[in-house]
Amino acid sequence: MAIWKARRAWKARSTPGYGDLGRPLLLRAMAAGYIGFIIALPIVALSVRAFGGGLGKLWANVVRPDALYSLELTLAMAFAMVIVNVAMGTLMAWVLVRYKFPGRSLVNALIDLPFAIPTVVTGLMLVILYGPQSAVGRFMAAGGVEVIYAKPGIVLALLFVTLPFVVRSVQPVLMGLDKEMEEAAATLGANRWVVFRKVVVPSILPAVLTGAALSFSRAIGEFGSVVIVAGNIPMRTQVAAVFIYGEVESDNPQGALGVSIVLLALSFLVLIALYLLQRVGRNQDA
Amino acid sequence: MRDPGRDVCGGAFAFPVLGDPAPGAPAPGGRAFLRSRGSGGAEKFLIGIVLVWFAVLVLFPLGAMVRGVIDAGFAESLRSLASPIAQHAFWLTLGITVISVVVNTFFGVILALVLARQKFAGKLLLNGVVDLPFSLSPVVAGFMFIILFGPNGWLGKWFEAGGIRVIFALPGMILATIFVTVPFVTREVVPVLQESGTEQEDAARTLGANGWQTFWRITIPSIRWGLGYGVCLTAARALGEFGAVLIVSGSVIGRTQTATSYIHQEFVDFHYAGAYAASLVLAVASFLMLVAMELMRKRVADRME
Repeated sequence: MAIWKARRAWKARSTPGYGDLGRPLLLRAMAAGYIGFIIALPIVALSVRAFGGGLGKLWANVVRPDALYSLELTLAMAFAMVIVNVAMGTLMAWVLVRYKFPGRSLVNALIDLPFAIPTVVTGLMLVILYGPQSAVGRFMAAGGVEVIYAKPGIVLALLFVTLPFVVRSVQPVLMGLDKEMEEAAATLGANRWVVFRKVVVPSILPAVLTGAALSFSRAIGEFGSVVIVAGNIPMRTQVAAVFIYGEVESDNPQGALGVSIVLLALSFLVLIALYLLQRVGRNQDA
Repeated sequence: MRDPGRDVCGGAFAFPVLGDPAPGAPAPGGRAFLRSRGSGGAEKFLIGIVLVWFAVLVLFPLGAMVRGVIDAGFAESLRSLASPIAQHAFWLTLGITVISVVVNTFFGVILALVLARQKFAGKLLLNGVVDLPFSLSPVVAGFMFIILFGPNGWLGKWFEAGGIRVIFALPGMILATIFVTVPFVTREVVPVLQESGTEQEDAARTLGANGWQTFWRITIPSIRWGLGYGVCLTAARALGEFGAVLIVSGSVIGRTQTATSYIHQEFVDFHYAGAYAASLVLAVASFLMLVAMELMRKRVADRME
């Protein structure tokens, strides 16, 4: 009797829908082994190398003036991008979901293009358009605004590569929004701005923050577009990813360890934030 | 009815990060309060802002690049694309992309099955780590592989002893590309698997199909569009990967130089014609990938209804 019970318990553990193939341990071992080899092992190797030299050494690595500057610049640029992206991305999602206008389907289809286009190409496009050789670039330079090889260019490149994230996470939530709530609020005398603030904003907030977190994580690691648009000028336009690249290229991998660990930690934090936001969104659904 | 196991297996990107959320849906007709009420002026103003923003951010740069190629001259562009260095770079990129897509499709489906259908300790961790390449800087990714496979690295020592170079060579570039494209297939397939449920598979089992038959005849057909979408994302990302590959490859011209590092090199060397032409080729490739993805997104949406 007991053996049948055990057998049934074992069968119940197998992957639903599969018999032999669903031997759960085999599939699970393959999945875990793959992720362990491709993702976890490199992370462990980096961490061991970084912390193996002692915390003091690692700290000195992070607070080196050029390293610290690259981190500060990266965070500042990422935050500037996030602020613009949250405002414009939410507005874009709103206009795409609620209004009908010529060009709507074109915009809606091309929003994902920045994700698909290689980052080097992004950087190159921006240099062609805003660089010193172009008409636009000369015009802006005459007005005292430098875009390329300067900070505005970095923010612009980050805005381009992160364009889809806020729009695409807010859009489905706006579509699923119960319009009766808005109507009810209006019937009770709320004006349009109040309806937007009190009814719409609370429901889309988790999605907006999700988009912001995705954009932020993409921005702090961005390399290809920024290295072309901003160049590699230490203490001026050198962001964290470019700093790491410079250290490795000049045969000083030790110098790249500190900044790499900081970026790695930030990525983990963003993942945790996304996970929590997703739970909030789910609870709101339920 | 919500399966309690589902709450942790969607991952950070369980929602469709990309793609029109409702492809084929009719354009908004406007019953909602916030767009009715004769708000023509405000509405036009908001639409105007969005269109201008989109043009400045996306359309103008695209146009500028096309213009750049035209200004450089077609003959010159074609000549630089036909140069042995450019040819080598493009073929290398294509090869790396194909290998990464194959590997990540195989393991991506396994990962998706495990995450969507199984419950086990450590699932939350596995689920989180799968998304990490998406949020980690590609330069850090490449750097990690240098540490692991470099001459003094844990695995590098072995390979070196066996006479195999990983870093500054093809194996390292493939590994780095695989790393950055891990999440895509998994993240596209998991929601489709959850949505389609296990009833058909269970039915097939009851009728005597074995595990493989169930997998090929039931599961694969039901996930194929989501899988196709994930494959396209993987391919687009692999074609355009720059940072991770650059750092592990050293970008040796004619040997480990990929298409993107070729563009970078041409740009740095002031050979703009070559850089523009190669950029346009990659941009067109990613645009085509996007079109394919739109088509598949529609099929996925149809299936999920």
